[in-house]
Amino acid sequence: MALLEVNNLDVRFALRQGEVHALRDITFTLERGERLGIVGESGAGKSVAAFSLLNLISKPGFIAGGTVNFDGQVLNRMSERGLRKVRGNRISMIFQDPMMTLNPVLSIGEQMVECLKAHRRISSKEARAIALDKLRQVQIPSPDTRLDQYPHELSGGMRQRIIIAIALLLDPDIIIADEPTTALDVTIQAEIMALLLELCEQHNVGLILITHDLGVVSQVTQRMLVMYAGRVIEQGPTREIINDPQHPYTQGLINALPQMATPGEKLNQIRGSMPSLSNLPSGCAFHPRCDFINRADGQPRPACTQQVPGFVESGNCRVACHMVAEMLEDRRLKEETS
Amino acid sequence: MNAPAEAMTDNRIPTHTPRQNEESADSLLQIRDLKKRFSLSGDFLDQLRFKGGKLVRHQEHVHAINGVNLDIKRGEALCVVGESGCGKSTVARTVMGLLTPSEGEIRYDGNRIDNLSSRQLLPYRKRMQMIFQNPYASLNPRMTIQQTLEEPLRLHHPNWKRPQILDKVEEVMRSVGIDPDWGKRFGHEFSGGQRQRIAIARALAVDPEFIVADEPISALDVSIQAQVLNLLMEAQQERNLTYLFITHDLAVVEHFGTRVAVMYLGTVCEIATTATLFEKPRHPYTQALLSAIPRLKDDRPQHIRLTGEVPTPVNLPSGCVFHGRCPYANARCKQEIPLLQTQDDGTRVACHAVEEGRL
Repeated sequence: MALLEVNNLDVRFALRQGEVHALRDITFTLERGERLGIVGESGAGKSVAAFSLLNLISKPGFIAGGTVNFDGQVLNRMSERGLRKVRGNRISMIFQDPMMTLNPVLSIGEQMVECLKAHRRISSKEARAIALDKLRQVQIPSPDTRLDQYPHELSGGMRQRIIIAIALLLDPDIIIADEPTTALDVTIQAEIMALLLELCEQHNVGLILITHDLGVVSQVTQRMLVMYAGRVIEQGPTREIINDPQHPYTQGLINALPQMATPGEKLNQIRGSMPSLSNLPSGCAFHPRCDFINRADGQPRPACTQQVPGFVESGNCRVACHMVAEMLEDRRLKEETS
Repeated sequence: MNAPAEAMTDNRIPTHTPRQNEESADSLLQIRDLKKRFSLSGDFLDQLRFKGGKLVRHQEHVHAINGVNLDIKRGEALCVVGESGCGKSTVARTVMGLLTPSEGEIRYDGNRIDNLSSRQLLPYRKRMQMIFQNPYASLNPRMTIQQTLEEPLRLHHPNWKRPQILDKVEEVMRSVGIDPDWGKRFGHEFSGGQRQRIAIARALAVDPEFIVADEPISALDVSIQAQVLNLLMEAQQERNLTYLFITHDLAVVEHFGTRVAVMYLGTVCEIATTATLFEKPRHPYTQALLSAIPRLKDDRPQHIRLTGEVPTPVNLPSGCVFHGRCPYANARCKQEIPLLQTQDDGTRVACHAVEEGRL
C-alpha cells in the first residue's frame, strides 16, 4: 500500500450564489520518497487539492466526498487533535510567499524552537541544536546569527531556505510545496529547487510540488497530474507526459511555451481562457477551447459537448479525453480484426 | 593600470567610435550615461545626525541605475532582462519620463526629452506609450473600457469629432481581439488576459511608434501569455513598432527580442542580438542566468551555481558589481569597473575575464 492514497476526493464551496464544485474526482497515490507534480493554470484547483490533503479547507469550503489515506489513517475523517499530530510533523507544507508563513515578530530561532517543542518533548537547548543543524542543511551562511534574526532582515531566497528548514524540522514523510519558487528570481529559483530536490532525495522524503511551471516539474518530479477546471485531465510519469502529451490541453500548454516555438514566429496559443468553476461548460470542460472536438471524418463528436470524459489508460498514463478514448478504441478494434 | 582611465573617457563620449556613430544614426531612442538614485534619507531635517558632538548631514541613496548606455533602433524589440532590483523597470520609467534621471541624457529621435516639462513632453507622449505589468492596477476601476480607450484620444487629438473617436476606439478594440460591444463594461469584469489586451489597446489607440512594455505578461497564465505575446508581435509587424521590453523571463526574450541587454545591479553587463546571446553567452552572469531557465528536456536542474546573493544597491560593491558572486573574479575585478567592450561579432560585454581571455 502506498504511503498516501487519495481516492475520488471531492471539494465544494457553499457560496450564496450556489455550490461551487472546486475539485472533482481526484485520485492519485504517492509512494515513500516519490516526487509528484501538480500542474495547472490559476483557478485549476491545484492549491485547493494541496490544502484538502491536510483537511485545511476552511468554510465555506468542505470535503464533500472521497478519502485521503495516509499511512493507514483517513485524514479527512480525523479530529483536529489527531490532525495536529500529522500536520507539520509527518506532512509539512511550503507556501509561495515566505513572508506569509513566517511570523514577523518572532526571531527565526524562536519559531523553529516553538515548532519543535509543540511536537516533541525536548528542552529549548536541544531544540535549538536541531534548528541549527537544519539551517546548515539548507546551506544558510552563518546559521548561528541567523537564528537570532527576524524574517524582515533576510532576503527572499534566504527566507525560502528557512521555510524549507522548518518544513524539514520534524523529519516529515511528505512535503507539500505550493508554488515554492514563484515569488523568487530565476537564479534563486534554480538554487532553491535544486536544494529541495537534494534534501528530499537525501532524507527519502516524498514531495508534492504544485506549480504552473512545466520546466520545474520536468526537472524535479517523477510523476505528474495536469489539472483543468477542478479535474485531473491527465496523469502519469512526468517524462512520458512531457515528451508525448495525450490530452489536447496538456499538448496546448506545452506547445504554448516560448521554448517550443521558433524564435520570432507565432506561438501556439490555446484560444479563450479557463472557464469559471461556477459556470462550467457542459460535457468536457475543455471543449470550447479544444481543436479536436470533431472526429477524423469532420463530423462533430457529440460526447465532447454532452458527456464528462472518464479516464482511459494510455500506456502508463491516464487521460480524460473522448478523442483519446476513441483513438485507443479504434486501435484496439483494428488489432482485433487483424 | 592606466588603461582604466582611458577606457573611462571612451565610455563617457559614446559617439566616439564609428560603429557607435552608425548605431546612433538609425536609433530611435538613445540613453546616455543614465544614472538614477533614490534618496533613502528623507527631507533635510531627517538627514541631520549628531556625530561626535557635531551636527552632520547624512544621506543615503539607492543606486538604481549606474551609467547605462543603450540605443534602440527603429523597428526592433530591445529586451532588457535581469533579476528584481537590477534597475530594469527604472530604466523603462525613466525613458517614459515617469522618473527624472539623476544624471545622463535620453534622446528620442535626436531630441533630448529627459529635461522637458510635461507640456513640452505631450507630443512625445503620443509617439511613445507604455504597457504595465499588472493589468489589475493599470486600468482605472471607475472607468468603463470605452472611457478608458477614449481618454488618450481626447487628450492627443483635441480637434477630433465624436464619430471619429468612436471609430478609432472600435478599430483598436478589434485589433486586440476585444469585442467592441464590451465597451460599456468595467475593468473588473474581465479576466487578466483580457485586461492586458485592453491595456495594449489603450497604448495603441494613439498610433504610437515606440512602446515600453514593463513585464507585460508576467502576471498572466501560460496559455494566456502566449496569446498576449502573439498580439504584441502582430502589432509590431502591422504597425512597425519599436519595443523596449522589460522582463525577467528569458524564454520570452529568446522568442520575442531582436536584441537583449542583460542588467545586473544597475549596470548593463552584456548586449547582444538574441541569437548570439543564447548561443554564446559571454558574461558569467548571463551564463548563470541562461542556465537557470528550467527546460522541458531536463531531468534535473542544470544550473550554474552562484554563491551569495545580489548585494544591496545602497552600498554598491567596488569594481565589478558582480565580483562577489562570480566564479572567475580576481583582484582586478574587485577594484576596477569593467566597461562594455565590443567583441568581433558585435556583442558588447563588460567583463575583465572576457577581455583578458580568461573565460
